Amino acid sequence: MRLKLEARPEPSRLTGYLSPLLAAGLTVVAGFILFSALGRNPWLGFYTFFIHPIRDLNGVTELLLKASPLMLIGVGLACGYRANVWNIGAEGQLTLGAIFAGGVALHFHGSESRLVLPAMFVAGAAGGMLWAAIPALLRTRFNTNEILVSLMLVYVASLLLSWLVHEPWRDPEGFNFPQSEQFTETALYPILVDGTRLNLGFAVALAAVAIGYVFLNRSFLGFQLRVAGLAPDAARYAGFNAHRMVWLGMLAGGACAGIAGMGEVAGPIGQLLPSVSPGYGFAAIIVAFVGRLHPVGILLASLLMSLLYLGGEAAQMGLNLPSAMTGLFQGMLLFFLLGSDVFINYRVRVVRPLPAPAVRAAAA
Amino acid sequence: MDNLVPILAAAIAAGTPLVFAALGELVVEKSGVLNLGVEGMMLVGAIAGFAVATSTGNLWIGACAGMAAGVAMAAIFAVLALNLMANQVASGLALTLFGVGLSAFVGKPFESVSLLKEGPFDVPLLSQIPFLGPVLFRQHVLVYVSWLLFAGVTWFLYRSRAGLVLRSVGESPESAHAIGYPVVRIRWLATLFGGAMAGLGGAHLSEFYAPMWVEGMVAGRGWIALALVVFATWRPARVMVGAYLFGGVTIAQFFAQGAGIDVTSQLLSALPYLATIVVLVVISRNVNTIRLNSPVSLGRPYRPD
Repeated sequence: MRLKLEARPEPSRLTGYLSPLLAAGLTVVAGFILFSALGRNPWLGFYTFFIHPIRDLNGVTELLLKASPLMLIGVGLACGYRANVWNIGAEGQLTLGAIFAGGVALHFHGSESRLVLPAMFVAGAAGGMLWAAIPALLRTRFNTNEILVSLMLVYVASLLLSWLVHEPWRDPEGFNFPQSEQFTETALYPILVDGTRLNLGFAVALAAVAIGYVFLNRSFLGFQLRVAGLAPDAARYAGFNAHRMVWLGMLAGGACAGIAGMGEVAGPIGQLLPSVSPGYGFAAIIVAFVGRLHPVGILLASLLMSLLYLGGEAAQMGLNLPSAMTGLFQGMLLFFLLGSDVFINYRVRVVRPLPAPAVRAAAA
Repeated sequence: MDNLVPILAAAIAAGTPLVFAALGELVVEKSGVLNLGVEGMMLVGAIAGFAVATSTGNLWIGACAGMAAGVAMAAIFAVLALNLMANQVASGLALTLFGVGLSAFVGKPFESVSLLKEGPFDVPLLSQIPFLGPVLFRQHVLVYVSWLLFAGVTWFLYRSRAGLVLRSVGESPESAHAIGYPVVRIRWLATLFGGAMAGLGGAHLSEFYAPMWVEGMVAGRGWIALALVVFATWRPARVMVGAYLFGGVTIAQFFAQGAGIDVTSQLLSALPYLATIVVLVVISRNVNTIRLNSPVSLGRPYRPD
C-alpha cells in the first residue's frame, strides 16, 4: 500500500482557504517540537511566543503597529505577484522610502507646518517607486531578470542609508552615533490610541488593503494583472500590454513599500538609523503568499507574521532564546504553506498493490 | 606588477565561494530546476561548518558539515518543488528566508568565537613560478578543490553520458521521461549536489576566508552566484571568469583604502551589487542570448503521469 498524488479535475477552492490555516497549525506544531528539542517546556514556549505578547491592550496595539507595514507591503507585492512580476526587493524600496521621507523631515526640521507629514508621505512613496522603477525599466527595456536586480538594490539601498546617517545627515549633537536628529512633532504620525505607539500608519495600511481589494478584484486593470499571471498567452492575445503590467506591478509594490518605510521613520523610530526595518520587506513576501495574494487574506496573514515578531522578542526576554527565532518560524510558515498548497491541485489516493496473479495478467 | 600579484591572488580567494555556489547552481539549472535558495543554503552551510569546525577543531570535518547542511536544505526545496510541485520561485525564496532565520538562530552563540586562520598551501614547484606562482599556487587548499570541481563539472556535463542525460532532462523532461529516464530522481540528485556546493561555499567563507561567523555574512553572494550563472550563459568556464571578476570587485575596497584613494567605503561596498546589475543588463539585453542558452524547461515543474 502506498500513497499517490492524483490530479484533481479542477483546483479545490476550499483547500485554497484551508491550506494557510493548515500551514499556521503545522508551524505551531513545529514550534512545540522545537521548544522541546531546545529543552524548554513546550507549553510555556507556546504561551510565551503566541499568547503572552497580546495579553493586554498594549500588546494588541504593538501587534497592529508591526502588522501595518507588513499588510501595506504585502498588498503592494500581491499586485506584482498576480502578474508573475517577482519584486523581492521591497526591503530596499522601504529603505528608500524612509530615506526620502527622512530627507523631507530633516529639511523642514522644526517646522510648524501641517504639510510636513503629507510631504513626507508623498516623498516616501516616490522613493519606493523610484527604487522599484529600476528593475521595471531594466526588465521592460533590457529583458533583465527583476528578481536579481530588485534584490541587489536592497543591499545598495541599505549602504546608501548607512552612508547618509554616517556622513551628511548625522546628528551633530548625537555623540558621533550614526543617526539623524530626532524628528519633531509635525514630522511624526499622530498616535491613535493614547499611551501606546499605535499611530496613523495603521489606518493608512487599512486604507491600502481596501484600495488593493477594489483595484485587484474589482477593476479591469486588476483583472489584466491576473490574466497576465495565469495565462500570459491569453493576455497577449487579448492585447494587454505586458510591459505595462510589469510597470504596474513593480510600482505598486514600490509605492507601498516606500510608504511603509516612511511610516517607520515617522512612527516608532522617529529618526533615521542605519537600519529602519527588521526585514519587513522580506517578511511581506511571506505575508503575500500566506494571504493568497488576496487583500483580506493579506490582512490576516500580516497579523500572524506580526505575532511572530512579537513572539521572537518575548522568547528572548522570557525564555532566553535568540529573537532570530522569528525568522525561523517565518520560514517554516512559508514552507508549510507551499507544501499544503499541493492539495489545491492534487488529492492523495491510497494505492493498493495488485495481488501477484493480477500483475502477471496485466503484464501479459 | 608588484601590486598586481596580491590583488589577483586576493581576487581568486574572494571569488572561490562564488565558484562553489555558482557551479553547483549551474548543474541544478542544467537539470531544469531553478533554486533561488542559494543564499540560504550558503548561510546554513557557513554556520554549520563554522560550528563544527570550532567544536571539533578540525576544519575538514567542518567543511563536510557545511556540505551536509547544504544538502539537507536542498532536500527541503526538492520535496516542495519536485515532489509537491510547488512554485520553484516561491520555494527558493522560502529556502533563503528560512536559511537566514535558521543560521541567525543557530549562530548566536558563535558570534564571539574565533577560529585560527589556516595559512595558504604552497604547491611545491608550481608556487615558485614567477608571477603565476604567487597568484595561483599559494592559496587555500579549497581553492584547488574548486578547480577540481570546475574540471569535474565540465567533464560531467559535456563528456559523460550521465551529464548528457541531465542536460536532456533540463531541455525536455517529457522526452527524457518517454525514453525512460527517471526525471524527478535526476532533478533530485542535481538539486542535492547544488546544495552541497552552496554549503561548501558557505563553509569556505566562514572557516577559511573570514574566518569567523557574523549574522548574514554571506551578504548576497548566493544571489550573485545566481546572477553569475546567467552571466555565464550556463557555461562552466565563464562561471569561473565571472566569479574571479566579482572576487576582484569585492576586494576593491581594501586595496583602494590601502592605496589611500579617498572613496566612500559604502560606495565601494556597493560595487559588487551594482556590477551584478550591470552585467545582467549587458548579458540579457539580447533576448536571444538568454533564450538560446538557458535550459528550456528551467523553472517549469514536471510531474510524470
